[in-house]
Order: sequence, then structure tokens, then C-alpha cells
Amino acid sequence: MTANPGQAPVPVATPSAPGQDPVLDIRDLSVVYRTPGGDVRAVDSVNLSLAPGEVVGLAGESGSGKSTLVYGATRLLRAPALITGGSVTYAGRRVTKPVDLLRLRSDQLQHLRWREIAIVFQSAMNALNPVLNVRDQLLDVIHAHLRIPRDEARERAASLLDLVGIPRGRLRSYPHELSGGMRQRVMIAMALATDPEVVIMDEPTTALDVVVQRDILSQIVELKEQLGFSVVFITHDLSLLLELADRIAVMYSGQLLEIGTAAEIHREPSHPYTKGLLNSFPSLRGPRRDLAGIPGSPPDLRNPPPGCPFLPRCAYGTSACEDVDMQLLPVATSRDPEHVTACPFVLPGTPVPAAKQPKTAEEPGA
Amino acid sequence: MSEHSASNGRASNGGASNGGASNGGASNGQAGTLTSAAATRGELAVEAISVSKDFKIGHGQTLHAVRDVSFNLYRGAVVALVGESGSGKSTAARMLAGQERLTSGEIKLDGKPVHVTGRGDFRHYKSQVQYVFQDPFASLNPVHTVRYHLERPVKLHQGRGIDVDAEVTALMEQVRLTPARQFLAKYPHELSGGQRQRVSFARALAAKPSVLLADEPVSMLDVSIRLEMLALLDDLRKRFSLAMLYITHDIASARYFADEVLVMYAGEIVERGPAEEVTQQPAHPYTQLLVASAPDPDNLGSTLRRGPGRAGGSAGNGAGPAKPHQATQVATTGCPFSPRCPLAEDRCRAEDPALMPITDTRGAACWRLDAAAPELVSGRSGGDVTP
Repeated sequence: MTANPGQAPVPVATPSAPGQDPVLDIRDLSVVYRTPGGDVRAVDSVNLSLAPGEVVGLAGESGSGKSTLVYGATRLLRAPALITGGSVTYAGRRVTKPVDLLRLRSDQLQHLRWREIAIVFQSAMNALNPVLNVRDQLLDVIHAHLRIPRDEARERAASLLDLVGIPRGRLRSYPHELSGGMRQRVMIAMALATDPEVVIMDEPTTALDVVVQRDILSQIVELKEQLGFSVVFITHDLSLLLELADRIAVMYSGQLLEIGTAAEIHREPSHPYTKGLLNSFPSLRGPRRDLAGIPGSPPDLRNPPPGCPFLPRCAYGTSACEDVDMQLLPVATSRDPEHVTACPFVLPGTPVPAAKQPKTAEEPGA
Repeated sequence: MSEHSASNGRASNGGASNGGASNGGASNGQAGTLTSAAATRGELAVEAISVSKDFKIGHGQTLHAVRDVSFNLYRGAVVALVGESGSGKSTAARMLAGQERLTSGEIKLDGKPVHVTGRGDFRHYKSQVQYVFQDPFASLNPVHTVRYHLERPVKLHQGRGIDVDAEVTALMEQVRLTPARQFLAKYPHELSGGQRQRVSFARALAAKPSVLLADEPVSMLDVSIRLEMLALLDDLRKRFSLAMLYITHDIASARYFADEVLVMYAGEIVERGPAEEVTQQPAHPYTQLLVASAPDPDNLGSTLRRGPGRAGGSAGNGAGPAKPHQATQVATTGCPFSPRCPLAEDRCRAEDPALMPITDTRGAACWRLDAAAPELVSGRSGGDVTP
């Protein structure tokens, strides 16, 4: 730390080595919600991969499809959601050959769920069973997915609490007797009960205050390094991901707009939406910046506008954006070929056209 | 906005006139020695004088949710109440809103003590002091239209003989929900989170209040629209010269939005002062912990990711390694933060410190300020400091 003050390059302990096969590979996944008013294209041909040991952050505002994407990929959605295309290849250490999750029979899928891919749900209060104590809920998971004797399972339940820093005395506590942070830790312990390869975390810290949030995040990082699982971390708070994630994917109205390493996204955000997100949170440190936010609201996905979905809110927008093909292409100025953006016009340094200065925060659009 | 730290002359002036205004009832507590950083913005609207709230929680136990808290709200100024969940910030605001009886202390509105006893009193008080709730999904009635939500307070508080329709339309325009006619016919579920919160703001403004208590008004909203909503609140503050209490656990937003920041911990104000000063140079160890915990994008991965060479390293921001695992512990005697405080010593565990002034506008309740914020304390004792 002291050797590289300020803008030190980030030493990533387990980088997504290009040669490494991804543990989870989502290809052209599309999900629609069937409604009487027409199909809502919640996820539109999304490609995303997760390397072993990697933390991929999925950022976007509510309704952007980030949860639908991962729930679709793990086949946790039910009607009216419908997966209309794509493949999700899972290649963990324990499976002999890669499998496509979307084409597995449900009994085959049952073997992979939790054992291989576990999920930490958003609201721990609602995700935990209020009438079972912590130990019984942990035992439920263990017995459902691992064939081990009862004594061993009990010991495992206790050691899981050790793992997340909750005293063993809390095994017999009920969810309402735990603080919000502890409940979230129990959720994490449950997800890790079967030593999964991939852990999906859906806004696990949104309801917590900053001190507890930081505590849980560092615990996730620690456990990840200790146990070697990969993480897909969903949040609307990009500032969290900058610290936590190896790579960040920015999602908007069902499409990915930009993918890059946390450092690239922070220093050289390319897509105007990413820039907007980065300019949306007040910073605590450094000089006070002028904050713009992103005026307007996301488009109606039943009737998406042609071309770039961000165009109506974009400060850089031109008529050419209506014909843009939303392909993720490498950012021309970036040294990292993995840093890709869906906006072919705007580069990291491009100034906002004077004629279309973003509305300042003082006069937001209705 | 950045110049709100009052010059010394004005601050002491304000202190004097402040004492004159609350003539006789001299707030002998902590507030008396400190001038609010918000005082230069406008006239005094609400005073909370040593208010406390206890809750009986069974088994003969009492929870001291708010303990001896004093602060003032001024017209046209924002005071932020910052703290973690359970620190008592919402209870303090609910007392100001008249929704919670005080266990002790006093609240004054425009210099007059407030005694909310009957329904009439309550309604009158409500016309002056309005509350905006955190969750716009829960605070609007799902079976009523936007129009209904706004018409009711207009009729209740503005009386007969006014053009309700014009008034409601004007409210919608003030919160920039236009075209008003179109939005008025909608039900809450047809609106986005941001639009719902705008309706909440409009509903609060319908009573033409002088004081707005905003309890985490943006924390349920997406990051991308939070700023827009805070900017709207700021605009309303200016336009109607509202005295605003902004409750949040996000100290970074308080830096941008508030004039004065009050940091609460376990029911007590542990630090207060001008927003920029408190966030940039936190004095109390708890404030330092809060600041160090905020996500810091400019410090990529430094505190979360422990690289090979950093095993066991703590946050590199000057804040000591406070003990977060004991988050539920609150000391029964002494400083409430002492079980988690890295600097705690015997005195901290025995005696609860009062808010001690650091400058005219700033104070912290900590026995170990000399160790927690040496640069601030040495500044207080005058110029003859030899480091």
C-alpha cells in the first residue's frame, strides 16, 4: 500500500486468466415475460462468462434485467417468464464434462443446484424460514444435497457458522432473533453449506448499513479466497463493485452495455450509461464534484426504442444511435481487449457535445 | 454550498441572538455551547431540547432509544441525522413529527413549546411539520389514485374556499410530475419508485409546512435517480424556505446535501458540525468508522481485497480497526461506543462523555479526542501548539 500511494494499479489475486475455461458461460441468453400487452424482453441475447475464482459484478438499475439474467441462467424463473434462446454451460470441477443447464432434465438439474451453484437471496428476512431455527435450516440444506450422517451434518452446520463469524450459540436462534447483518451471514453460510463452485449473490447487502455492509463484503472476499468459489454479484450500486469485483458488467434494459475490469470501468468508463452511473453517487473523499446523475427513466421493454435503449437519456445521443447494432466491441483506446462496449461512438475521453450538455441535477427531467 | 462553515464572528453572533430568542428557557445542555452550522441559513424553526425516548421492552428492561438529544432546525437549511440502523435517528424524527411522545425534554416550534395532546393540536402541528417516509411503496395507499393522496391533505390543511384542483396541479408541478392531469389519475403501482417518492414529497408539501422531516427519502431508490431526488428536495427547500431534517445512513450524501451533520450512535449525538468538516475530518472514532466504511471507488480494492502482502492489514484510512462483529453491543455504562472503539480506555467504560466543543460549530462526545483527532483538538486550544 505505502509503496504505491494514490492511483496504484490493482493487484488482482486471482485474475480471469484468458486461457482458463469459464466455470459458467452464458451465451445469447434471452428471456421474455409473457404479458397480455405483449412480450417484455427482460433479457436480450446476453453473453457473460465467469472464470473460476472470479468475482463478476452485474450492475444496473431496477428493471434492467440483472436478476432475470441470473435466475434465467439457473432456471429459477417460472411463468410468465420464458427462456426463448441461448445456452448456459456449466463446467465445474466435480462435473465430468460441461453441461448446458438449459437443456438438463429437472432431476439432473436437481443434482447441480446448490451443490454446484448456490444463491444468496436479496432479502434475508424473507428468504429465511421464520419458524425454523438456524440449525434446522442449515441441516435442511445439508441433508437435501449431501449424503452425510446426521452427526457429521450437525458438525458441519456449526462449522458453517464459524466460517461466517457467528458464535455457535446462535445455532438455535430463530431469524427474528438475529440482526440484519447476522441474518445475511446465515444466508451466506447456507449458500456455502455444500461447498459450491459458483455463488450468486443478489444484492446481499442492500438493506444493511455501511459498516455492516463493509464487514460482510470483506468476509465474502475472504471466504472466496479460502474456498475458491466464483461469485456473480448483483447490485445497483456500482461503487461497491469497483472495490469488490474483478470484472464488471453493466446492464441496461435487458442488454449488457459494457464489460471491463473494475479498474478499466473506474478509470476509463466508455459507455455513456456507465459514465452516468459513476457520476451518480456522491463521493466522500476528494473534492466535491458536480454530480449529474442520469435524468429520465428506462424505456418500456414491451416497446423498446430502435437502436440503443439508452438513447432517450443519453447526453451524447445522435440520430446514428437509432441504427446502432448493440454489439459488444472492444473499446478502441483500451489496452485490454476484454474491455467491451455497446456504444461505437463514445470513447472514454469523449467530451459531452456542447449542444447536448446533460441537464444538471438542478433541473432534472420529469 | 461549500461556504457554509460560518466565519467566527458570525457564529458567535448567531450564538448570542440564539440565546436571546429562546429567552429564559436557556438550553443549558449541549446545544447552548455550540452554534449550528445551519444557523446562518435562516431563522430558527424547530428546537429539540434534551429530548429522550425510552421504550419498555419487557422483563423490566428499558431501551433508551434517544438520550438527551438537542438540535435546531432553521428555515432554508438542511440538517442531516446520520447513523446506523437502530441508532435512534428515526425515533428522534418521529418525536419531532409528533408521532412519538417524549420521555423527557421539550420541542419548540417557532419559539413556542409544542404540546400535542388532542387531535386538533396534532392536525395543527402537522400543518407545520411534515414527514416523508422511506419506502414509497409502502407509504402510498395502493387502492387510491395520486389525486386522492394529494386532495386529502389539501382539503384538511388548507381549509375551505380554495381551488383544490388548481392546488393539486400546482403540487404536481412543484415535484415535476408533469403532465399533472395524466399522473393524477394513476395508481401507485403504475408509477416508478422515483415517481412514487415525488408523490410523497407533493403530499408533504400539500400542508404548506415550514419543516420537512425526510426519513431516508432516497435509500429505497436506485442509485441513478437518488441524485435527482435529492436535487428536487434541495430545490423545494430553497423555494419554500423549508427547514429540513435529512435522515440517512449514507454519510456521503449528507456531505453533498446537508449544512450540518449530526452523527448518532446508540441514541446519542456523538458528533456534530458543518457537513464538509465532519465528513472530511471526522473527529469521533465512530464517525471515522462510518467514513472508512463508505465505498471508496478511488481506492480500488484496497480494503476489501487482501493481496499477498497485506495479510491482516486494516483499513488504510487512518481509522483504527474498530470491531464490527460486536455491532449489537452497547455499553450500559460509559461511552456507548466503547465496546467497539479501538481507543477505549477505563474512563470511556465508566463515564459517558458529553458533547465537547471543538470549534464554535463543531463538537464531539469523546474522551479520547486527543488521540482520535489530534489535529482538530490542537487547533482548538489556540495557536501556541508545538507539535
